[in-house]
Amino acid sequence: MHVVYPAVVAALLFSVGVYGVLARRNAILVLMSVELMLGAVNLNLVAFDAWTRDRLHGGQALALFTIAIAAAEVGLGLAIALLVFRTRRTIDVDALRTLREDRELDERDVSAAHPEGAAAERRAP
Amino acid sequence: MTAQELVFVLLGVVTVGAGVLVVTTRQLVHAALWLVVSFGGLAGSFLLLTAEFVAWVQVLIYIGAVIVLLLFGIMLTRAPIGRSAALDSGNRWAALAVAAATAGVLVTVVVRGFKDAYLPLRVGGGAAGAIGSSVFRGWVLPFEIISVLLLAALIGAIVLSRTDVGPGPGPGPGPGAGPGPGPGAGPGPGPGPGPGDGRPPGPQNDHVEREER
Repeated sequence: MHVVYPAVVAALLFSVGVYGVLARRNAILVLMSVELMLGAVNLNLVAFDAWTRDRLHGGQALALFTIAIAAAEVGLGLAIALLVFRTRRTIDVDALRTLREDRELDERDVSAAHPEGAAAERRAP
Repeated sequence: MTAQELVFVLLGVVTVGAGVLVVTTRQLVHAALWLVVSFGGLAGSFLLLTAEFVAWVQVLIYIGAVIVLLLFGIMLTRAPIGRSAALDSGNRWAALAVAAATAGVLVTVVVRGFKDAYLPLRVGGGAAGAIGSSVFRGWVLPFEIISVLLLAALIGAIVLSRTDVGPGPGPGPGPGAGPGPGPGAGPGPGPGPGPGDGRPPGPQNDHVEREER
């Protein structure tokens, strides 16, 4: 099989993940897009493991390790998302602007878009 | 184009198409279900590349565990179950431009770089026996480090998501009660410095659980 096929599929899947990370607002959808990018990386690892004819199967072993790290990442990411939801009442990544510089503009922006999230944020400055 | 390449192209179309639906659908739960389709296509691609063991690990861990975790997250954050227009951010066109640029650069480089490279696929190259012996002969130390990392992530997730191990007394206060990062300061339960942070809540957790029983 030609190497170009898996490599191109992996590149396209990675770009789809990039779009999802940048365009989505819900933190859990961002996590899903990160998973898509990790899947693309795994496809590359497996394809190039077969290409280099590695006797130690480094590519496939690394793909297994990537899957394990992705599982750990999803667990921690969901714990953080739940914590943010518990304190802020929203996991909208556009509404979490506490670390921004200009507070005036910040509060107006947030309360215009998400009244309940802004209220929670004001209560916990 | 051989039959193998044809099947791979079909699987790739399914994988990338389901991925596009994941990032564009308006329903949160449907995104998780399309992610199942995408990962299934990816597992099929692994099978076609003779990586059987990685394919089944992908099915077990991603489709079996990660998707269920994500669905739990969707339900627990009381996300809008139905159709909602607020899932996409305002910078959608910028994101589209960046993704198109990424795809263009990557596909161009990959196609030009591997124009005449062929995969020598051998049956059984990625079977459980071969992968197992290579992991436990050549990659033992990374394997052990990964297991320690998984344990750390497990403890971290437990500490982060419990409300009764933070510095504040009593079970988790409501949103925004208490000053500053009140319930958000879960990971640092005070007396435990450094990597032992996960340990101090241990007996306390046991105590709490016994009380609950």
